[in-house]
Amino acid sequence: MARLRKPKEEMKYILATDVGSTTTKARFFERKPEGWRFVIAGEAPTTVEAPYEDVTLGVRNAVREVEELTGHKILAEDGSGIVVPFDGERGVDLYCTTSSAGGGLQMMVAGLIKTMTAESANRAALGAGAIVMDVIARDDGRPIYKKIQRIRSLRPDMILLAGGTDGGATTHVMEIVELIRAAEPKPRLGLGYKLPIVYAGNKDLRPQIKKALGDIFALTIVDNIRPVLEVENTEPARRAIHELFMEHVMSHAPGYLKLMKWTDVDIMPTPAGEGMAMQLIAKVFQKNVLGVGLGGATTNVYSVFEGKFVRSVSANLGMSYSICNVMKTAGIKNIMRWLPFDMDEEEVASRLMNKMIRPTTIPQTLDDLIVEHSVAREALRLGLEHHKTIATRLKGARVERDISDMFEQALAETYIDLMKIDIIAGTGGLLSHAPRRVQSMLILTDAFQPEGITWMFQDSVFMMPHLGVLSTVYPEAAWQIFDKDCLVRLGTVIAPRGVANKGDPVMTVEIEMPNGETLKEEMHFGEIKRIELPEREEAKVVISPRRGFDVGRGPGKRVEGKAMGGVVGILLDARGRPLQLPENDRERKETLLKWFLDIDMYPEDKLKELV
Amino acid sequence: MSKAKGKRVSKEAYAYTPGLKVKRATLVRKTRRLPIPGEVLVKEGDEVDFKTIIARTELAGEPEIVKVAILLGIEPEDVPRYMTKKVGDEVKEGEVIAHYRAFFGLIKRDVTAPVDGIIESISDITGQVVIRKPPVPLEVDAYIPGKVVKVLPNEGAVIETNAAFIQGIFGIGGETHGVIKMAVDSPDEELTADHISDDDKGAILVGGSLVTLDALRKGVEVGVSCIVAGGIRHRDLTEFMGEEIGVAITGHEEVGLTLIITEGFGKLRMSRRAFNLFKSFEGYRAAANGATQIRAGVMRPEVIIPHNEFYEEKSGDELAAGMVPGTPVRIIRAPYFGAIGRVHSLPIDLQQVETESYVRVLEVELEDGRIVTVPRANVEIIEE
Repeated sequence: MARLRKPKEEMKYILATDVGSTTTKARFFERKPEGWRFVIAGEAPTTVEAPYEDVTLGVRNAVREVEELTGHKILAEDGSGIVVPFDGERGVDLYCTTSSAGGGLQMMVAGLIKTMTAESANRAALGAGAIVMDVIARDDGRPIYKKIQRIRSLRPDMILLAGGTDGGATTHVMEIVELIRAAEPKPRLGLGYKLPIVYAGNKDLRPQIKKALGDIFALTIVDNIRPVLEVENTEPARRAIHELFMEHVMSHAPGYLKLMKWTDVDIMPTPAGEGMAMQLIAKVFQKNVLGVGLGGATTNVYSVFEGKFVRSVSANLGMSYSICNVMKTAGIKNIMRWLPFDMDEEEVASRLMNKMIRPTTIPQTLDDLIVEHSVAREALRLGLEHHKTIATRLKGARVERDISDMFEQALAETYIDLMKIDIIAGTGGLLSHAPRRVQSMLILTDAFQPEGITWMFQDSVFMMPHLGVLSTVYPEAAWQIFDKDCLVRLGTVIAPRGVANKGDPVMTVEIEMPNGETLKEEMHFGEIKRIELPEREEAKVVISPRRGFDVGRGPGKRVEGKAMGGVVGILLDARGRPLQLPENDRERKETLLKWFLDIDMYPEDKLKELV
Repeated sequence: MSKAKGKRVSKEAYAYTPGLKVKRATLVRKTRRLPIPGEVLVKEGDEVDFKTIIARTELAGEPEIVKVAILLGIEPEDVPRYMTKKVGDEVKEGEVIAHYRAFFGLIKRDVTAPVDGIIESISDITGQVVIRKPPVPLEVDAYIPGKVVKVLPNEGAVIETNAAFIQGIFGIGGETHGVIKMAVDSPDEELTADHISDDDKGAILVGGSLVTLDALRKGVEVGVSCIVAGGIRHRDLTEFMGEEIGVAITGHEEVGLTLIITEGFGKLRMSRRAFNLFKSFEGYRAAANGATQIRAGVMRPEVIIPHNEFYEEKSGDELAAGMVPGTPVRIIRAPYFGAIGRVHSLPIDLQQVETESYVRVLEVELEDGRIVTVPRANVEIIEE
């Protein structure tokens, strides 16, 4: 619950923090004549672990850095915390925070059928910002004793239990309930308290659920997540998860009781904040958004597709702690296919292993940077693949098919269609630290392979979670900061779906530049081209694809649209969808080198030296 | 800050990556705790050995779910009627727990207990019966010999000892102990199968720059407790473990021995200080643990060699202190990965490196006299 201590229109200063697993990041905002702006960032190590075991120390240190850099006093002189509201000399008018320290929110999810209620419960938990440790279902393929062993070995912060439509299955749902009860799962934090469990299943079973679970769990009952098979209603479960996160989980984490008193808005899990930010982009632009947070340990993918918000988290795909898991999952050959130079397989593997064991090191040489960029493409690709398994049509629901569907063999499992994604937004250390912005733009493009016309964004300084939590109470301020100081407009990718032979004509693109000039570009298969179009400018584009290529209205159909300018500009991408890399090793390297040189991806001389 | 040759330099700076501890003598304290409450078997002041049991508890037994209604072919709500045992009853494997008879005894069906245990619940909704297996005893040992300095009621105790303490960067396999034995003569030398013989059974074997796959396999064959080396090849580790490492959370592998790598992946000379320290304690009994956790709550693998010959050096925790010109450092990233040198200067202003990123750097004077510039994030302080 938010309790603002000053009317919004009178506010002058806002402070937001994110208590991350390693770093606590403070962001300081001020109302200027032109509106709310980001002023400065302060960072300090998170102090959730021994010997400190009090997160407020890290918050204080990060805020102190803000104080030193701005000269604006925020902390109370008596050490009692953050002064709210601003008293004319000291303090801020609003303080809010997200948190992922100590492992974030870790949940176990259970449902009746793996692809129906269990899947809906999984989506609800992920949407609430949780790391889902396991999904238990009656038909998950494991024998009962294995499920019991698994539940006993997990130490979740919370359980979400679904199962049955309203008035539907009862006995089988109770079997899952008895399984959980018998396994006696223990909470991760605070041995002495009852593990919270949210029941969002068949409403007819509520009395039996209370009887079976009420004495040993902290039970919350909410509306059914699948009241009928055709409807997925995740909101009540998500809300209950957030409330329990504050009440049961946060209050047992070191120092959080104190931090909860400092904040004006409920503490939100970091990915939930990031998700809010992605939803804000979708809302403001009224477009379908695919967002990604590429972190050191995890990759979060968000989609807002025709109003439906879904988050997936690939807990072990990341750029430092879990970099070797990307290698393990993708295979080293898939990483090495993005290298335009020779490097021994063992050398690449050693470098990644050494990054994993010393995760704070940074690339100094160009080859090292390019190796990391190659890993990033694979982490993002796998993250999106995973996301597509979560962002799926409701199974069990009747689907109305029209004539055009009849021609397709089967309805795709996921509804994520890159052709219908209008915006891609990226955040995370590797993307924001890329020495040239075109690097993050191409990495996102190669990994996600946008189709048609896609606007590309990334965050400038990590503050999407901060603005996400702020947007829940003060959306106007959040958007002003977001628009002016957080969202870097990279530009627009124009890419047709389809493949052909190298050099075949693919599309003609006419671009009406802001100065009135019209550019006409002929693109051939295998080419990529960069056209300057500055930030905050737009250009009308008319794309005429050749037969077999589609930019949104069907093969060969002309499309008119708007390209958004950015620090990179427009990328005309005729490399094929799916993107085609030559099989032959020498050709592949030559192709990559040409692409990199054509769009000015890396310093030219150094790159040529490497090759 | 001071000015040197026209550029702004810091007098002191913090290292981003904490160095690894390599100590000849230090007071090592280990908290030995049960995962759930239980009975503590030692008291303050007790002397303990590697294997002394510190605390003991019982883990609730696993539940076994028996689908009685299905097995008897009856409705769930009728299950309680046909049960021959009630909640709380002890049952033995094979013992009848439910019995169904119909048509004057013409149809007879029994359900027997699949395991020994206690009837925990009988459900008239699902028709299932839960049998709880007997509890499983759980013990925690001392891991290091020493003195009990604190008892944690119902949980365990803190053991303290004077010891040499060497941290590695990465390891696999859990707690073990054995006698320190040098397998090679110099920190540059590779540890191969030829260096290992039957005499090394139970030993903590110290190699030099690299441990090879055949050495690891020979180590398992003869029963070596632990192998310590500077580096290992990625593919050898993968072959040895049977799978690739994905995330650096280790310690639970069951691969036949504990492995501790002190420098990193590839062929990397073991730091002289660590090598010489092992050498000076050859023949001593030691405890070792390969458990590594790089994320929150960093845990590095370790070798603890208890002794009473020297006591804690006065230098204190110098690794936590800052870097100043002259501080010995190791470069931990390409292009000078593994190189050792001393801090030459600490420029304040951000500098552009080859990637074109602007970062905080330091100048390092390498052992061969070259002065190189590297990001501050890419060095760790060492004790050479």
